[in-house]
Amino acid sequence: MRNLISNEVKQQLIRIVGEENYDDSKAGRLVYSYDATPQFQSLPDAVIAPRNTLEVSRVVKICNEHRIPIVPRGSGTNLCAGTCPVEGGIVLVFKHMNKILEIDEENLTVTVQPGVITLDLMNAVEAKGLFYPPDPSSMKISTIGGNINENSGGLRGLKYGVTRDYVMGLEVVLANGEIIRTGGKLAKDVAGYDLTRLFVGSEGTLGVITEATLKLIPMPETKKTMLALYEDLEAAARSVSKIIANKIIPATLEFLDQPTLEVVEAYAQIGLPTDVQAVLLIEQDGPKEVVERDMKKMAEICKKEQAVSVQLARSEEEAEALRTARRTALSALARLKPTTILEDATVPRSEIAKMVKAINEIAEKYNVKICTFGHAGDGNLHPTCPTDARDRDEMERVEKAFEEIFAKAIELGGTITGEHGVGAMKAPYLEWKLGEAGIAAMKAIKQALDPNNIMNPGKVFAKSTRKRVVVTR
Amino acid sequence: MTTEKEREIIQKQFQERMDEDELMNCMRCGFCLPTCPTYIESGFQESHSPRGRIALMKAVVDRLIEPDEDVERSLNMCLGCRACEPVCPSGVRYGHLLEEARDIIQQHKKHSFLVRVVRKLVFHELFPYPERMRMAMGLIGFYQRSGLQSFARKTGLLNILPSSLRQMEKVLPNVPPLKEMKERPHHLAPEGPVKRRVAFFTGCLMDTMFMATNDATMRLLQLAGCEVIIPPAQTCCGALHGHGGEKQKAKELAKRNIEAFERLEVDDIVTNAGGCGAFLMEYDHLLKDEAEWSERAKAFVAKIKDISEVLVELDFQQKRLKAPPQIVTYQDSCHLRNVMKTSAAPRKLLRAIEGVEFREMKDADRCCGSAGIYNIVEPEMSMQILDYKMEMAKQTKAATIVTANPGCLLQVKLGIERAGLADRVRAVHLVDFLLEAAKGIQASEQEEHIRKTS
Ligand SMILES: Cc1cc2nc3c(=O)[nH]c(=O)nc-3n(C[C@H](O)[C@H](O)[C@H](O)COP(=O)(O)OP(=O)(O)OC[C@H]3O[C@@H](n4cnc5c(N)ncnc54)[C@H](O)[C@@H]3O)c2cc1C
Ligand code: SF4
Ligand code: SF4
Repeated sequence: MRNLISNEVKQQLIRIVGEENYDDSKAGRLVYSYDATPQFQSLPDAVIAPRNTLEVSRVVKICNEHRIPIVPRGSGTNLCAGTCPVEGGIVLVFKHMNKILEIDEENLTVTVQPGVITLDLMNAVEAKGLFYPPDPSSMKISTIGGNINENSGGLRGLKYGVTRDYVMGLEVVLANGEIIRTGGKLAKDVAGYDLTRLFVGSEGTLGVITEATLKLIPMPETKKTMLALYEDLEAAARSVSKIIANKIIPATLEFLDQPTLEVVEAYAQIGLPTDVQAVLLIEQDGPKEVVERDMKKMAEICKKEQAVSVQLARSEEEAEALRTARRTALSALARLKPTTILEDATVPRSEIAKMVKAINEIAEKYNVKICTFGHAGDGNLHPTCPTDARDRDEMERVEKAFEEIFAKAIELGGTITGEHGVGAMKAPYLEWKLGEAGIAAMKAIKQALDPNNIMNPGKVFAKSTRKRVVVTR
Repeated sequence: MTTEKEREIIQKQFQERMDEDELMNCMRCGFCLPTCPTYIESGFQESHSPRGRIALMKAVVDRLIEPDEDVERSLNMCLGCRACEPVCPSGVRYGHLLEEARDIIQQHKKHSFLVRVVRKLVFHELFPYPERMRMAMGLIGFYQRSGLQSFARKTGLLNILPSSLRQMEKVLPNVPPLKEMKERPHHLAPEGPVKRRVAFFTGCLMDTMFMATNDATMRLLQLAGCEVIIPPAQTCCGALHGHGGEKQKAKELAKRNIEAFERLEVDDIVTNAGGCGAFLMEYDHLLKDEAEWSERAKAFVAKIKDISEVLVELDFQQKRLKAPPQIVTYQDSCHLRNVMKTSAAPRKLLRAIEGVEFREMKDADRCCGSAGIYNIVEPEMSMQILDYKMEMAKQTKAATIVTANPGCLLQVKLGIERAGLADRVRAVHLVDFLLEAAKGIQASEQEEHIRKTS
């Protein structure tokens, strides 16, 4: 590979961040060559850990001048090859920029640096009786910078929305090195374009986020958790649509099928039922009366839809164990086979039963094993295929199966990714969802903000539109 | 330093010996990162995290990189505490990967002459032989008792040692006289009726330097109703060898131990050192490729149990136990917790003691930095980890820090010295503390008896 960083540029960069924050050793680069996405790996030319916004700005300026790609990276847990440095360049890490700057109890906001771990933020605000709802399953290690750039969702997304709904203001270093601030603590603000929303979910392709002000809400008074057990997959999926059609918005409505339950139980060992075909993990929070009323109603709906049993968690510890277990689903599935390929298909909530049915039929058709879990209440499913990248024949079938799942999702009015982002992995599929004009509009924005294409190149926009889901050659 | 030729051989060995399925089993979710002490203490460097280390091992196998100094550095920096295993939903057996990688590097790396001599002496000439172990410890005992120790301390002779070793010298327990170390029991009858027949694995350091703790262990077993067999043919568990890249020697020791215990007809094989117990518990993995041993190893492994588990099973916590009023906290032994999966039993026993106010310290499950010989070979990182530990211990205001492994015990004692808490805080092995508490109740019952009758 050609060397993107000349010795002179290297010295300039070192002068900015200090010797100890510039690493171009082979091992140092290797450990930033991947993220949680299978099948993607590519070495950066260097790894840089800036200590503040000004340093970020100066580094970006130099990179812009010399056309060196920049890959901002949180904890590298994204599932779309979003931080894989496919075109080399530098990886920017925020291990020094990981402070909670302010919790404003009067305006109910929190201001943080991008490297703050999601769970640390939640714990800090909860200690003050406040609540930050977006809780991706990876929250104990994911960063706020990553959450914002993927617009991550979580178990509480159904009622409380996703990361986007909590970002009020940002400090961003643009590709030319300029520092701008968008939005702020104001509840209302229509001065100009809503750039905050533009940067949310931009996957590091428009700029580097160096600070964020997030919205907080009061902690709900009570919370209750239950499991509904099913002998029939579609009955479980139907219950989801019925609950919502009955005008109940639970805090959490998660779906796990039998194979997923089995691996999760193998890891967590908390006595999950593994002899049923599917379960729904249902939670409601809020004032006590409302919670009790909703839980009762939902239990009735589930039973009417042939749930074989509905079990209420007896204590908060038990409820927490259930949530924690659910969060391990993806990693737990990884124990089945060497390679774990997961998808993020999302459909309107009313179509969830049809999607579940289609997934199973497609799996059967191509003779591949597909386990499904996900944020059913959001219509967001994660069909997951445990396979082995070394088995070419099977990989081809997996590829075909996922292609058909994508097609089905779009046919049902859905999308190719609900929360995991496009990155390098789904880039070839974006046009499928957006159409040519849609892509052109997005490219125009990219071109305007990053004319030299240094910000996370190779992500979101594909060089060519090809139909490749999992096999990269 | 490794030469290019050595690196080539190491790389080939990685390709031949590393378990590729296990490497691929890591899906790189990062769930293990927040529990890794070296990731945290290195200021969040991926190269010092479990995910990073696995990626490096895999990259060597894939020939993406050479096993260069930085790769070795990353593996050396690992504590081997295995805190990354129980939190891994994918069930990656990181410890096995690390052990294999280290073994390959050690075997094919040319050490300096001095290191070679020391390794040979320690791994091959000393630990495998209980007799020699006693002699070596006897020398330390002589050093301590003869006045040499105070001479060395006074004259500053010890200053030739690096500071961490110097401090270590200070906290070594008083070694018993050679004669006592030689006269060890082989069979003990229970107090009262026999509830269980167990064998006791004495360990090499435990049966010399920490002999008093071994005595306390056997006494507790007797009090709990166990008939105790102590087979004299047993030897060092081999953990030091296994973790230090001397796997072949470890296998030899494993076989000797299996032979020493397999015909005893006991219910359990009891250990009192998390480090040894965990290694014994993985003999099946160690010997998995040797057909005639794997079944025997499995049978052996199934019987390994920490003393705290045995005591809880025999309801020792129902007995009256009493200690002077004090706050007590517990530092998990990493291998006891992460490999033997024992963490509740010690706490249960401590809570059962009258007078004890048990306070959990923050991150009690995080390694103390002792990690075999890590504190000697990586003193800087080890002390950084230890100082954090002491900070957490201090917050509990505990007067007693209880541990369940000799290495941890020494390390925590060292931490107490470093934190300047020696006049207020002590560190003690769980069994010693329990025996004190069992005696405490005897003493106070006697007192009560005297008061009543006089
Ligand atoms: C087991 C598991 C479970 C998961 N569960 C969920 C879930 O429930 N919901 C969900 O939505 N996602 C989930 N994810 C995906 C992933 O965790 C999220 O996308 C998360 O937000 C990524 O955070 P991160 O810190 O790891 O970011 P990274 O993966 O490091 O980065 C993600 C993106 O953000 C960009 N970026 C990071 N920091 C900055 C910055 N400061 N400025 C500009 N760009 C930046 C990167 O370039 C990249 O494009 C899961 C992943 C795993 C492995
Ligand atoms: S938790 Fe397990 S699967 Fe996830 S990165 Fe760590 S070792 Fe790999
Ligand atoms: S064994 Fe301990 S130090 Fe080593 S990677 Fe695992 S958690 Fe980190």
